[in-house]
Amino acid sequence: MLRIEGLTAEVDGKPILKGIDLEVPTGEVHAIMGPNGSGKSTLSYVLAGREGYEVTGGSATLNGVDLLALEPEERAAAGVFLAFQYPVELPGVGNANFLRTALNAIRRGKGEAELDAMQFLKLARARLKELQMSEDMLKRGVNVGFSGGEKKRNEVLQMALLRPSLAILDETDSGLDIDALKIVADGVNALRAPDFAALVITHYQRLLDYIVPDKVHVLMQGRIVQTGGPELAKQLEASGYASVQAAA
Amino acid sequence: MPAVAETLDTVQSVTEGTYKWGFETEIEMDFAPKGLNESTVRFISAQKKEPEWLLEWRLKAFATWQKMQEPRWPAVKYPPIDYQDAYYYAAPKKKDGPKSLDEVDPELLKTYAKLGIPLKEQAILAGVEGAGDSPSEGGRMPIAVDAVFDSVSVATSYKERLAKDGIIFCAISEAVHEHPELVKQYLGTVVPPGDNFYAALNSAVFTDGSFVYIPKGVRCPMELSTYFRINAKSTGQFERTLIIADEGAVVSYLEGCTAPMRDENQLHAAVVELVALDDSQIKYSTVQNWYPGDAEGRGGIYNFVTKRAQCRGKRSKVSWTQVETGSAITWKYPSCVLLGDDSVGEFYSVAITNNHQQADTGTKMIHVGKRTTSTIVSKGISAGKGQNTYRGLVRVAPTASGARNFTQCDSLLIGDQCGAHTVPYIENRNMSAKVEHEATTSRIAEDQLFYCRQRGLSEEDAVGLIVNGFCREVLKELPMEFAVEAQKLLQISLEGSVG
Repeated sequence: MLRIEGLTAEVDGKPILKGIDLEVPTGEVHAIMGPNGSGKSTLSYVLAGREGYEVTGGSATLNGVDLLALEPEERAAAGVFLAFQYPVELPGVGNANFLRTALNAIRRGKGEAELDAMQFLKLARARLKELQMSEDMLKRGVNVGFSGGEKKRNEVLQMALLRPSLAILDETDSGLDIDALKIVADGVNALRAPDFAALVITHYQRLLDYIVPDKVHVLMQGRIVQTGGPELAKQLEASGYASVQAAA
Repeated sequence: MPAVAETLDTVQSVTEGTYKWGFETEIEMDFAPKGLNESTVRFISAQKKEPEWLLEWRLKAFATWQKMQEPRWPAVKYPPIDYQDAYYYAAPKKKDGPKSLDEVDPELLKTYAKLGIPLKEQAILAGVEGAGDSPSEGGRMPIAVDAVFDSVSVATSYKERLAKDGIIFCAISEAVHEHPELVKQYLGTVVPPGDNFYAALNSAVFTDGSFVYIPKGVRCPMELSTYFRINAKSTGQFERTLIIADEGAVVSYLEGCTAPMRDENQLHAAVVELVALDDSQIKYSTVQNWYPGDAEGRGGIYNFVTKRAQCRGKRSKVSWTQVETGSAITWKYPSCVLLGDDSVGEFYSVAITNNHQQADTGTKMIHVGKRTTSTIVSKGISAGKGQNTYRGLVRVAPTASGARNFTQCDSLLIGDQCGAHTVPYIENRNMSAKVEHEATTSRIAEDQLFYCRQRGLSEEDAVGLIVNGFCREVLKELPMEFAVEAQKLLQISLEGSVG
C-alpha cells in the first residue's frame, strides 16, 4: 500500500505539490492524469527521491516504510521503481551489465542472494520472451542509439526484471506508436499481482485503454481535485481538463 | 562484463578512499650516499659491476643532464625539486640465496603477499631456487614477473621456460653482463641520453628494469610483466626497460607499480625503449598506481617518464595501453616512431586525476614510412581538484605518403573544481596523408546518477559504472586479468569524488 498524506514539495523554492493525499492499495493500478505543469512528474520524482525536489511537508509510505527518509537507492530496494519519461543514456555501459548490476544491488538491499552471469542471463531471456523483445536488447549500450519506443521498452524490461512492489510510470506513453504502447501495457499488465501496485501517470487517456486502472485521479495545480473509476479518463478525453477545473 | 559486478564488490569492501598499497616494508637496505654527482654515478655503476663502456655512457649522460633545464611547458605545478636531497640507489641487503620459503626474509614475503602477487610467483619472486619451472598451474595462464624493488630487480620468474623459446627476459643489469652485444646495440637508440631532462637523468643513474628480447618468428607463450615497487624513503626510482621484438616476433608486456604513502614527494623517472623489427608486434600495457598523495595534496610520486617505440621494420606494430590512476603528477607521452612502411602505432589511454592530482599525458605519433597508420584514443577523467591535460603530437613527414591518423580525445568532468585540457599538435608535410581529430568534453550528468540510483545502485557504484563505460574502448585493449584490475582501480581512485 502506497500512502501519501498532505505531501507538499517545491522546486527551486517554488511550491509545486500543495498537499497530495493518495492511497494505492497493494494489488491495484491507479492512474494520475492532469494537464502539463500540474505536478505529475514532480510527484514521481519526489517519491523516487530525486535531488532538487524539496519535500516541505506531509508523508509518503510504502507498505509502512517511510520513503521520504531513504536515499534513492534505498527506495529502489524497498520496492519503488520509476519508469522514466526520458530514459537516460549511459554510453559504453552494456545493457546486460547494467541490468544485472541493478538487479543484484536490489537483491542485496533485500538480503537476497545475487545472481551470477549465467543465472541472470537465463532470467533475462525468460523476461525478454514474455515481453516479445529481441535479445539484442541485452547486447547494446544502455539506451544509447535506442529509438524512443526502444527506450520505453527497455524501461519495461527493467521493471519486469526488478519486480518492484510499486511501479511509477511517468508518461511512459509519450512518443510511443500503438505497437510500442501495447508492449508497455502488456508489460505492466503481466506484473499485476496481489503484491504489486502501480501508479500510471499520463496526459492522455489512450494508454488507459490498455492498462485499465482501478482508479483515476486528476492532478491540477499540485492537488488531486477529482477521483473516479476508469470512466473518468474517458470523460476527461471528451471534455478536457477545463471542465474539471471549472468543477474544482 | 562480470568485472563490473566485481568492481562493485571490491568497493564495498573498501570503506574509505584509502590507498591500500601504501604500506611500508621494513627491511635492511644498502644506500648510495645521498645526493647526485659524478661519484654517485660511479657508485651505481660499481654496484652493478658494469663494464667500462656503460660507465662512460652514464657519465656522458650525466654531463649532458647538468647542462639541461627541467621542462616548464607541461601544464603541471610543483615546487622546485632538490636533486641533491634524494637517494639514487637503494637495494635490499643480499643474503645468501634462500632455498625455501622459510628462509626468505619474511618482510619481503609479506610485501608480495600484500601486493596480491600469487603464492607460486611469490616463491619465485623472493628468490627461491627451483620453484619457477612449472608453468600453467591449474590451467591458469602463467605470467612471468620481473619484480623491481626500489633500485634492483629482486627476481624474475619463468626465465628457464622462456629460454626454451630463445626468449630473454631478465633484469637489465643482468642483461648487461649476459647479453652485452644486444644491450650495446639497442640501449639509448630509441631514447637517446640527451633526449630530455629526465631521460638524461635516467641515463646517468638508472638502476634496474627489465630487458626483453624475442627472437625471430617467436610468439611469446605468456604475458611478461614487471612489477615496480618504491619502498625506501627519500629515494628516487630510475628504471630502464628495453624490449626488442625481432622479425615476426609477438609479445605482450605489462607493468604495474605501487609505493608507500609518504608526506614527501618521491621522483620516478623511467625510460622505456621498444624496438619492433619487420612484421613484429609489441603490446605494452601499463596500470600506473603510484601513491597519488593524500586528499590535501601532500606527498605522492612525481611520475616523469619517457616511453618511446620505434617501429623500424615493415608492417611492425606497437600498441601502448595505459591506465593512469596514481601519482601526484604524471608527465608521460608513450610515443611511436613509425619508420617502417605500413607500420602501425596505437595509443589507448585512461588518465584519472582526483583530489590534487595533475596529469599531463598523451602521445606522439611520428609518421615516416609509407602508409603508416596510427590510432589515438584518450580518455581523461577529472574529479576533485584534479587537472588533466591531453597533449599529443601527430607528425607526418614528407616521406610518409598515404599515412593515416585517427585521434579521439574525450574528457569527463566530475564536480566543478577540476579541469580538463586538450592540446593536440598536428604537423602534416605530406598532402596524401589523412589526419582526423575528434574531441569531446562531458560531465557526469545528474540525471545519469539519478537513473542509476533509482535502479538501486549507490552513488559511488553509479559513478564507477559510468566511468567504466566511458573508458570501455581503452579497457578492452588490456589483457583480461589487467582489465579487471583496472576497472577496480578506476572506481577506487574516484572514491569520495561525489556527494
